[in-house]
Amino acid sequence: MLELIGVSPQMLFGQLMLGLINGAFYAVLSLGLAVIFGLLNVINFTHGAQYMMGAFVAYILLVVFGVPYWGALVLAPVIVGAVGIVIERTMLRRLYHLDHLYGLLLTFGLALIIEGLFRARYGVSGQPYPNPLPGGTNLGFMFLPTYRGWVVVASLVVCFGTWLVIERTKLGSYLRAATERPDLVQAFGINVPLMITLTYGFGVALAGFAGVLAAPIYQVSPLMGANLIIVVFAVVVIGGMGSILGAIVTGYALGIVEGLTKVFYPEASNTVIFVVMAIVLLLKPAGLFGTAK
Amino acid sequence: MTESTASPSAATGSTATSSANSSASSSAESRAASAPLLTAGRIAFLAFLALALVAPLFLYPVFLVKVLCFALFACAFNLLVGYVGLLSFGHAMFFGGASYFCGHMLKVWGWPPELAIPAAALAAGAMGLVVGALAIRRQGIYFAMVTLALAQMFYFFALQAPFTGGEDGIQAIPRTPILGVIETANDTTLYYVVLAIFTAGFLLIYRTIHSPFGQVLKAIRENEPRAISLGYAVDRYKLLAFTLSATLAGLAGATKALAFQLASLTDVAWQMSGEVVLMTLVGGMGTVFGPVVGAAVIVTMQNYLAGFGEWVLVTQGVIFVVVVLLFRRGIVGEAMAFAERRRRRREDADAAAAGEPEPAATH
Repeated sequence: MLELIGVSPQMLFGQLMLGLINGAFYAVLSLGLAVIFGLLNVINFTHGAQYMMGAFVAYILLVVFGVPYWGALVLAPVIVGAVGIVIERTMLRRLYHLDHLYGLLLTFGLALIIEGLFRARYGVSGQPYPNPLPGGTNLGFMFLPTYRGWVVVASLVVCFGTWLVIERTKLGSYLRAATERPDLVQAFGINVPLMITLTYGFGVALAGFAGVLAAPIYQVSPLMGANLIIVVFAVVVIGGMGSILGAIVTGYALGIVEGLTKVFYPEASNTVIFVVMAIVLLLKPAGLFGTAK
Repeated sequence: MTESTASPSAATGSTATSSANSSASSSAESRAASAPLLTAGRIAFLAFLALALVAPLFLYPVFLVKVLCFALFACAFNLLVGYVGLLSFGHAMFFGGASYFCGHMLKVWGWPPELAIPAAALAAGAMGLVVGALAIRRQGIYFAMVTLALAQMFYFFALQAPFTGGEDGIQAIPRTPILGVIETANDTTLYYVVLAIFTAGFLLIYRTIHSPFGQVLKAIRENEPRAISLGYAVDRYKLLAFTLSATLAGLAGATKALAFQLASLTDVAWQMSGEVVLMTLVGGMGTVFGPVVGAAVIVTMQNYLAGFGEWVLVTQGVIFVVVVLLFRRGIVGEAMAFAERRRRRREDADAAAAGEPEPAATH
């Protein structure tokens, strides 16, 4: 049946799988951005650099300290998150009373610093990271490499775990309350500044986690975050940052749209997400899951 | 989840006045002070022009041309961020886009520069009209993200479109004479041509800022809901300002294509959008001369650090962080605040010396 439209099933499902992988990264990254934006009102431009840092920390842990992938999967996000906490405590904190644009400019500067330092040390060519889960399964209609299956599963678990914590636990309810009225929440005796610091650390750790996941698939390179973050921004504009679930769903959906575009019109695969963004801006300016404010 | 409507300069402006207002001063006083300040601006501009006219005697003209191109680019960007409060993170698409258009017109179509440069600027303006119409549908941080994403889209277009030359760009763009007589092939002559273009663009921006139209833009920056409630079609003003800013950024990019005989992907990449933000921030957002000073500082820095590769990036990042944390008003903004503080202190001292019966007791 698929032959009728001139596409082999292997190619279609193969690209769908790639799209799902990209979608997994979009989802985890835009989730981190949404969590940070919700509480801090800062668009974290450093997110791409922190994703790249996650991959590099995993690489350094492996090459220098001999820590295998599974150890890095836990350690790297913690390390990247800790760096994020230092950034929040020493710099971002001083900007909360100002216009939000200053947060954007500061994190943009930090992204340049981090990217520049890694480029100065490692150059722009990628470093290979060994695949911890070689092999795969033949599903009949397509071949599924085990590691790619793991990436999709791991990202789904992390995304929905985060969603559960924010929407269904007491801690999450504090967080949502502080998003609405930080002053009132503080008046009830909850340490909001600490909560802000930890939230930033967590959002950044999510980026680091995505970086470790990406290391065996893509080469570990200082450039890996910069272009990705712009696509993630477009994802965030499409989804609107008001909803955690919206950020996750939009991320996966756009990854799949991108994969399908690679099958049917490869020239546009780089730009399709931006085109979708333009269309959404025309039809529903607040974003698919956003509320007009 | 609210989108911000206040502008960065509004935020700094309020801190500026609160810190400078140590003694009580009526609004009538500050209004009276704005008249001589205006002439101070004019004197500064004439001094700048005089300096610019003799500058090629002391400095390498090609370097000066580069400064002027980026200064015009930054001024065009500042019109938007400093006076409407819209932070565009995608201005490279107009700058780089116009430099592609101009390069193509000069090299492939064989148009003379006096036709190619304005045509390329207008083409960038048309792009600005489309992009602006989309982007102004969101405010604050989202506006920055939308412009960034659309610029990235244009980057991929430039990478793939046949006329841009992909990774190579358009090289060896001819420096043909203007009106058949002004030889742009000569570096010094070229410098004066670029200076004329810059001056025209700068004066247009100056005129715009100080026109009733510019007053409405500032009103939108300070309080958009109020401007709407006063009956202004805010979106139309924003769109017009965006288009004008894109056209002038295009004028800068087209001039750069002629001067450096090259249009490349560097000019449309997001790093370029970041650079123009940096120049404006360093010089002072929302000040008339800030972007010029900022462009001079950053271009000079890039020239000196050119041999250090990646450290240019790190240095730019550090400057971003330091300026955002410590000098949000930028060089010109801080200088103006300093002059204002001194003037106020002198006035206070004069008043104390003239009319106070019991001296030195109050202050």
